[in-house]
Amino acid sequence: MSTTKQKLPARDLQLKILEAMTAVQNEQDAAERGVNAEEYKVMLDRLGRAPNRVELGVIGEMWSEHCSYKSSRMHLAKFPTKGDRVIQGPGENAGVVDIDDGQACIFKMESHNHPSFIEPYQGAATGVGGILRDVFTMGARPVALVNALRFGEPSHQKTRSLVEGVVAGIGGYGNCVGVPTVAGETQFHKGYNGNILVNAMAVGLADQDKIFYAKGAVPGRSVMYVGAKTGRDGIGGASMSSAEFAEGDEEKRPTVQVGAPFTEKLLIEACLELMATDAIESIQDMGAAGLTSSAVEIADKGGIGIEMDMDAVPQRETNMTAFEIMLSESQERMLMILKPGREDVAKAIFKKWDLDAEVIGKTTDTGRFVLTQFGETVCDIPVPPLAEDAPKYDLPWNEPTPAPAVAREDIPTPANYAETLKTMLALPNMASKRWVWEQYDRHVMGDTVDSSESGGNAALVRVHGTDKALAICSDCNPQYVAADPFEGGKQAVAEAYRNLSSVGAEPVSITNNLNFGSPNQPDTMGYIVKAIEGMAQACKELDFPVVSGNVSLNNQTDGVPIPPTPVCGGIGLVKNIEETTTSSKARLGDVLMLVGDAGTHLNASLYLREVVGREEGPPPSVDLATEKRRGEFVRSLIKARLVTACHDVSDGGLACAAAEMGLGANVGVAINNAAFADDLDLLAHYFGEDQGRYLVAVSPGNVADAMAKAGEANIPFAPIGEFGGDSIQLADQSISIAELRQAHEDWMPEYMTSLD
Amino acid sequence: MKSAVIVFPGSNCDRDAQMALRKVSGQEPEMVWHKDANIPNGTDIVMVPGGFSYGDHLRCGAMAGNSPIIDALKAHADRGGYILGVCNGFQILTETGLLPGALMRNASLHFVCKQQTLRVENANTGFTSAYKSGQEISIPVAHHDGNYFADEKTLDTLEADGRIPFKYVGNPNGSAKDIAGITSANGRVLGMMPHPERAIGGHEGGSDGIGMFESLLQALTVNA
Repeated sequence: MSTTKQKLPARDLQLKILEAMTAVQNEQDAAERGVNAEEYKVMLDRLGRAPNRVELGVIGEMWSEHCSYKSSRMHLAKFPTKGDRVIQGPGENAGVVDIDDGQACIFKMESHNHPSFIEPYQGAATGVGGILRDVFTMGARPVALVNALRFGEPSHQKTRSLVEGVVAGIGGYGNCVGVPTVAGETQFHKGYNGNILVNAMAVGLADQDKIFYAKGAVPGRSVMYVGAKTGRDGIGGASMSSAEFAEGDEEKRPTVQVGAPFTEKLLIEACLELMATDAIESIQDMGAAGLTSSAVEIADKGGIGIEMDMDAVPQRETNMTAFEIMLSESQERMLMILKPGREDVAKAIFKKWDLDAEVIGKTTDTGRFVLTQFGETVCDIPVPPLAEDAPKYDLPWNEPTPAPAVAREDIPTPANYAETLKTMLALPNMASKRWVWEQYDRHVMGDTVDSSESGGNAALVRVHGTDKALAICSDCNPQYVAADPFEGGKQAVAEAYRNLSSVGAEPVSITNNLNFGSPNQPDTMGYIVKAIEGMAQACKELDFPVVSGNVSLNNQTDGVPIPPTPVCGGIGLVKNIEETTTSSKARLGDVLMLVGDAGTHLNASLYLREVVGREEGPPPSVDLATEKRRGEFVRSLIKARLVTACHDVSDGGLACAAAEMGLGANVGVAINNAAFADDLDLLAHYFGEDQGRYLVAVSPGNVADAMAKAGEANIPFAPIGEFGGDSIQLADQSISIAELRQAHEDWMPEYMTSLD
Repeated sequence: MKSAVIVFPGSNCDRDAQMALRKVSGQEPEMVWHKDANIPNGTDIVMVPGGFSYGDHLRCGAMAGNSPIIDALKAHADRGGYILGVCNGFQILTETGLLPGALMRNASLHFVCKQQTLRVENANTGFTSAYKSGQEISIPVAHHDGNYFADEKTLDTLEADGRIPFKYVGNPNGSAKDIAGITSANGRVLGMMPHPERAIGGHEGGSDGIGMFESLLQALTVNA
């Protein structure tokens, strides 16, 4: 073990600290650490005695919902996690998929909801930092960031400042580390007034023979700590995020970590440089529960024990206790197990990058988690109860009640469809989010082929130095999930599948971020169970496995849960970047064609919710077999270069999708209904949200070929309009592209600068 | 064209610069670590790339402006060598005194990343000969501190001497005189906020930046 670099406190203070650390903890002490009476009994049983302060801290963090997934684990097992392209499914730092030529894509999405509500800038920033570490820990160079944000209603007094802080935090971190933020979603709903959602996804690239895992450590190796020093920030963060909010919780600010993206940038470069040598046996980033969870993960996955000397841990503050060191969530830190004799190689590389690298312990064959401070043992407990053998619950749940449908005759028809289109494109949930994404560097690294800029369905990022690309998207419609979690869960997966297909990418796999309220409320637990089952079914039938993910529960304030929000982050593979398209490339004279049938489903639609003001009715159902066939068809059209642009039909229906294509290309669109029966329900056709549909732009010379392909595949496919002029025409009404653009673009900047 | 790219801790457009120089010149640029004392002999053009050197601590470019490599960079400038500083590179060049003025926080106070139209004000420089004076080109910007500032006298001198090769059409950051980039008195040092290395084709930034590297290639061929 290395000699200590810390300035240790005087012996009398050491003794005081040791006395506090080794004090026996009772049931009430446990309750203060978020461990309930029943769990405390389990703890006594596993240890054969009562824990001391450090042991209780370690166990409490590992048994928090955030670390143990104790309420969701048995349901998460329903996700399909294997497939031809899956190299590593859930259980490691991130998922790994094969993208041919010996290359791999490594990705994951993770939430930072509670910290971002308490301190939006640092909460969001460290969310980005944490998810980046999950990806480069495995040997990947991060190449793209995505974020899925959900805020309270715009009129809520906190919303504007939360948007300002979260967006600045994401940009502040991502821009500085030099990873482009290429896609995302930003939505508003009153259900998030007291509990916003900040979900960040990172995507990286690695060679398949240079992937690093937490598993694989053997006894007798050096445990090396690298990165930033440990401070008192974020202590107990994992258990904080696992508790629900109450009024006044903004005072929990000291439990929010502080990010240093510059340090992260150095850590990325240093880790990748070390990974290019053959020095690392096992590696884990220090995320939630910091040094505790990283050391436990490595020990548990290796089936070994671990011993660490707190005095050797690089510290930013004086007189830190073992409890504080173990529970600190200081950012930009990693734990690695080195191959024998490689300590000096690692130290030299980290020194070059001005980062700490210290041997703080060793792996053992005892199966025990042992910590020392000031020469005394302050923790000595078995590893299995901290991980595999942690509590796991089959919580009671209620079958969600299906939302009753609103009858068609009760849904009012607007006087003017074109004006309604303008209203819809300026709704907070449909308006342009340029104000957000112009604050993100979307182009650094030089491989962004298409980002948020084109208003597309999925971003396209070139695999550096090749003609391949990754397609990346994030999707969820929480109102669908709230109305029917099973169908809504299916839909979130299907929409990701569709967004990837609509740029021409082969959908490969997903990561997910399951955001719900408290699992201890049987109603909420019912949503969790059914949404997972819906997603699992869609993943299975679409051959679209889950390789990583994160569960964020207890998103509720004073007993009221957020809308159920299971977000899907999708990854697709493009083999030839020339065989792609976006939603914005339609050309004057192109024919607008619909893949699928006329719209019929207005229940739970954006129109019914936000124009009529009734948040009611069941969501559109998803026919997965149809979804798959149509996705394949659209991809075949793009591959054959028969379409100039493509957009999936989702929120706001066909009229909104067509208008977005027109806005993107700066060309008008005249929609006609010649392809449909005379008694076509115009309202449902324009704004209905039936699933499995796409709009494509086809140059007139290619229409016959495209129709022939549709005929062979037996896919409904019809011309429904033409690109031309400078207005969007619906029936006999029209609105100019300029007016529509103004309404669409102005909402967000006006909202952010208004003073009410 | 023999080129070098300086890499500071926190540089993040170093690879983009390397790609652009490699693509246009057909030669591999030398990547020079900021703690090195020397720029390789015979280097024609040194690129100071964008990013967040030292995490923008203290002031954008301030700490990098005092890195060990800066003496060699100044010597290269004294020899009449070409230097291109982009974004954080521009900030570093003003910190070293190789270019006048300073880059302040954007007037909007927000980071801005967008495709930006520039007007070529002076096509008679080693960096702009492939363009025509008055031509409008589209180059991405991505910065938080791109608001160029200098005293009136300096601004007048820059204008009068043709040392403002690019101006913004639609000012994104509040820069004085819509300045997007300026050159040194001998025309060999250019600092600019927009990223020509992110506009070399095959990506969202377009390809209007190629002209700048072709201009350099031309200037160096003529000089050789």
